[in-house]
Amino acid sequence: MIRSLIDWLDSLGPRLYTAFIEADRWKLYLQGLGTTLELTVVALVFGVLLGLIVAMVRTAHDQQRPGRRKNPLLGLVNALCQVYTTVIRGTPMLVQLYIWTFVILRAERNKVLVGFIGLGVNSGAYVAEIIRGGLMSVDIGQTEAGRSLGLNYLDTMRFIVIPQAFKAILPSLGNEFITLFKDTSLVQAIGGMEMLYYAFTLGGRTYDFMPPLIGIALLYLAVVIIFTWLQGKLERRLRQSDRR
Amino acid sequence: MIDVQNLSKSFGSHLVLDNISEHIHPGEKVVVIGPSGSGKSTFLRCLNLLETPTSGSITFEGREITDPKADINAIRRQMGMVFQHFNLFPNMTIRKNITLAPVRTKLMTQAEADDAATALLRRVNLEEKADAYPAQLSGGQKQRIAIVRALAMKPKLMLFDEPTSALDPEMVGEVLAVMKELAEEGMTMVVVTHEMGFAREVGTRVLFMDEGHILEQDEPHAFFAHPKQPRTIDFLSKVL
Ligand SMILES: Nc1ncnc2c1ncn2[C@@H]1O[C@H](COP(=O)(O)OP(=O)(O)O)[C@@H](O)[C@H]1O
Ligand SMILES: [Mg+2]
Repeated sequence: MIRSLIDWLDSLGPRLYTAFIEADRWKLYLQGLGTTLELTVVALVFGVLLGLIVAMVRTAHDQQRPGRRKNPLLGLVNALCQVYTTVIRGTPMLVQLYIWTFVILRAERNKVLVGFIGLGVNSGAYVAEIIRGGLMSVDIGQTEAGRSLGLNYLDTMRFIVIPQAFKAILPSLGNEFITLFKDTSLVQAIGGMEMLYYAFTLGGRTYDFMPPLIGIALLYLAVVIIFTWLQGKLERRLRQSDRR
Repeated sequence: MIDVQNLSKSFGSHLVLDNISEHIHPGEKVVVIGPSGSGKSTFLRCLNLLETPTSGSITFEGREITDPKADINAIRRQMGMVFQHFNLFPNMTIRKNITLAPVRTKLMTQAEADDAATALLRRVNLEEKADAYPAQLSGGQKQRIAIVRALAMKPKLMLFDEPTSALDPEMVGEVLAVMKELAEEGMTMVVVTHEMGFAREVGTRVLFMDEGHILEQDEPHAFFAHPKQPRTIDFLSKVL
């Protein structure tokens, strides 16, 4: 028992050496981490833009003055937005990625690009619901006060409602970032060369999966911990106006 | 100043204002009283189109504001509104609360608006709160800020919807004092309130609303001394 533990510890040095040091392999992990972060950020920006548009359409549609004739174009776009969020949120991410790769974008060789699109479109649906909830959480009295002062709809949204909604949704948006960051590992399955892809390939080549997989697990964990810490700092700063 | 003709408002099948016609003259201080749910807020909110009337017309300074082509924002700039729950913007300092609308609507430059804010804050003795956030103020202070925020737009008419109902009793006086001062300066005011002392002292006319109608109205002394309708007598016996 103790003997085998000592043997295992003895072998650990060479295994770590093979996995990370030999042939400058550590550079590959960093390269993979770079792609992973890039996938996360691009998909999130894409997702937030898409989500913002969808949320604005859906909120504008729901806020049409009762009694007046409804705008038919807005009704159609709203219906499309609803189909989008329902389909994306109702199907697995990996299935969506396969559909992008093998059905819609079959000719695209750059799998990371397909990953951007697949993750971004997926994230947009979740972000849209987060933003919509945030906009609805702002007291209607705030909009009424803005409008009663003679501000138009856009200024009222821009200076009064959106800043308050942003503060309210920051925790959910942070969670979405973390989810997305971890979900980028699915891009490995369509051949995108992100962090898991390198770890998996190296594990296969050296016949030793433990060091690379545990290694990247720690990297994922480190990024999430750092991000959560930054998020906490930002939230405390935004709470400045609640000080009594 | 404001002419209301055959104003009706329904929420779904619920008729809240039933064919109201009324005229408000410049300089008047009209106090609206009545039981809860009688349509006082809805009436006030129709005047600046926070509620869209179901039928009827409202004319402000000769322009029909219920006309679908009317510029709602331009009209609202001339009518200030004060809400029961203050509705200060919690994400901005007091100064920014006051200057946002005048600056964005190009009524003033930022520098002019800052000067105006300082003068307005001095007027309600809250100069030192300019850089505070709303969460740091008491209810009475918030409502005084809400009043001067509306005044910063230099409105011709002020609408008040139960401005003291959400306040602790000891803060009611400071808010009423600001409103009284405003009345003495000649501002045209429409005030929904349960403060009968204020109605008597400051009002030039009292309207009693019940179930979507203006049931009775008179100059305050006559109104409180000789109410005519049984509903009015009943209501006054409960609140006085
Ligand atoms: N947005 C709304 N939707 C549906 N019903 C409403 C709405 N606003 C007010 N009402 C109804 O209209 C009636 C009058 O309300 P309101 O004008 O607020 O009365 P008051 O201010 O005199 O208490 C009440 O029965 C209330 O429930
Ligand atoms: Mg009311």
